[in-house]
Amino acid sequence: MNDASLIESVEARFPEAVSTAHRFRGDATLVLRRESLLDVARFLEQDPAFSMDLLVDITAVDYSAFGKGPARAFFRSSGVALGPAAQIPDEDPWPGPPDARRFAVVYHFYSMVHRHRLRLVVPVGEVEGATEEVDSLVELWPGANWLEREVWDMFGIRFRGHPDLRRILMYDGFEGHPLRKDYPVNKRQPLIGPVN
Amino acid sequence: MQTTRSDPAELETRDMLLNIGPAHPAMHGIIRVVAQLDGEQIEDADVEIGYLHRGFEKMSEVVDYNGVIPYTDRLNYVSPLINNMGYCMTVEKLLGISVPERCHYVRVILAEISRITDHLTCVGATAMELGAFTVFLYMIKAREYLWELVEKVTGARLTVTYCRVGGVKADLPDDFAEPCRKAFEETRKVLSEADGLLTRNRIFVDRMSGTGVISAEEAIGYGITGPFLRGSGADYDVRKDCPYAVYDRLPFDVPIGSRGDNMDRYLVRMEEMEQSMRIVEAALRDLPPGPVQVDPGTGRPIPAAEMVDLAKAGDIGAIAGGCAVVGPTLEGSGKARHASIAADEKRVFLPPKEDAYGNIEGLMQQFKLVMHGHGVRPPSGEVYFPVEGANGELGFYVVSDGAGRPYRVRVRPPCFAIMSALSRLLTGDSIADMTPTFGSVNMIGGELDR
Repeated sequence: MNDASLIESVEARFPEAVSTAHRFRGDATLVLRRESLLDVARFLEQDPAFSMDLLVDITAVDYSAFGKGPARAFFRSSGVALGPAAQIPDEDPWPGPPDARRFAVVYHFYSMVHRHRLRLVVPVGEVEGATEEVDSLVELWPGANWLEREVWDMFGIRFRGHPDLRRILMYDGFEGHPLRKDYPVNKRQPLIGPVN
Repeated sequence: MQTTRSDPAELETRDMLLNIGPAHPAMHGIIRVVAQLDGEQIEDADVEIGYLHRGFEKMSEVVDYNGVIPYTDRLNYVSPLINNMGYCMTVEKLLGISVPERCHYVRVILAEISRITDHLTCVGATAMELGAFTVFLYMIKAREYLWELVEKVTGARLTVTYCRVGGVKADLPDDFAEPCRKAFEETRKVLSEADGLLTRNRIFVDRMSGTGVISAEEAIGYGITGPFLRGSGADYDVRKDCPYAVYDRLPFDVPIGSRGDNMDRYLVRMEEMEQSMRIVEAALRDLPPGPVQVDPGTGRPIPAAEMVDLAKAGDIGAIAGGCAVVGPTLEGSGKARHASIAADEKRVFLPPKEDAYGNIEGLMQQFKLVMHGHGVRPPSGEVYFPVEGANGELGFYVVSDGAGRPYRVRVRPPCFAIMSALSRLLTGDSIADMTPTFGSVNMIGGELDR
């Protein structure tokens, strides 16, 4: 299937689950509601028209600082007008961050049989300071185990049903989640020695 | 003294926990495996990673788009050119630009040379850990020949930082085909020697075959790609299945194993090196011709510093038509070669030095790209682009918010998936099988821990 028909078929099968879809630069992308991730993923893996057997990657993006980059004040104050960002025309523009929620968990799938790729985006918000939980895909792809551990480690997003949700790259005593935008890039934490 | 011998079945047995690594030479210094042993057999293994975490993804968010390239060198540091290429092609996809054809070929040639160096290191190190130290030295010798090639083109051996968003740093040297031919001749000699020393070597074969077995379905479930997956018999190579650059035009075969054990993965890697040399040879043959050489009469060489002084004094007439004599690190990036190594997009690629010093358009182009607050500014969006790394699918996922810095850079490291299956690969084998299995994973700390 090509990227357009991939999107159409999932939308037709799960009209409730898909909130938006786009094909920016030819990457078929579906933005899903959090509750329906497991159903859609199971369908993608098992349906012979999709057979997304390879879970390529799971990652997340913290959209809380999107579009709020450091102000280029020096050039503004010098009176030089800042032109718009280099916009190269595109027929299929990117609709922007998936929704107002802070995080988005991003899944990349590939089908060895049909040689097509699909990206699923699941927006994840914060309720009363706690990050919402996403369903774990470990039961469908064992490779999701470490990838989800990394997302938990780096972003603090929990996966429901994960068998062993521990930190993976950082150490046990580490505080915070370093890839969140509010984690300062030069923050230091005390070295943790071996616990005897 | 009389000893009583009881029936072995009645003896009390207990599993033993054994810590292997991180400071263990066979764990390459940065992996800890907590193995639960029943005698010599591994019942369960907990693999701990993260000892080499440098925060690649976090650092990428605080530098500009070209500033990420040196960090990508340090992902898979045995084949940095493939990482360079993968990252640059991702940003080019985000920008919606393409590079000149010759540039594609140059990138492919260097990526394939890097793939050979990577496989040489992997096979050599595995052989060394199994006691075949000679093979390791031979393979490092061959790698040295190839790194000399890389050095000729990029000026560096390890941290090459050769690709740029929208092109490469410099063109191939004029007589590149000849040293390439010689280096491949030596490499082939080494490969046939290593083949003779290993492939029918009783010790090597006994330790490699039947260990670390994984079926293709299971390997796919773990997200394993690259030579490791092909050793299990699944036919997936990004270069064939999702061709990028000019791989669809170049002749090569994808070797496939059948048993999914360490031996098959060794054989796949050995054959892939030969195929990579085939790709490079074909690419050098098909390489679109470079620019017509500048006529020495008109392209009068002027030292760069002198050019800058003349330009500052406003003496444009004196430098018109001259070619800048730049340092050796910029050789091959002059104005005559610029069009064949850089995308025709002023908002992305630096001008040649002759223009930067010699005319106001070039100076402005340079300024708009290097000064703080300017630089490559892709439209906002998200893209994923995979290339075939030496260990498997190496993908970059870049999110941009329209600013001069990437909003998010995610690298999909191929050996992360393989390492996540390591516990499964080790379970059931004996503790001595850990060495060949771990060797065939080709764990590269730089890309695993980032």
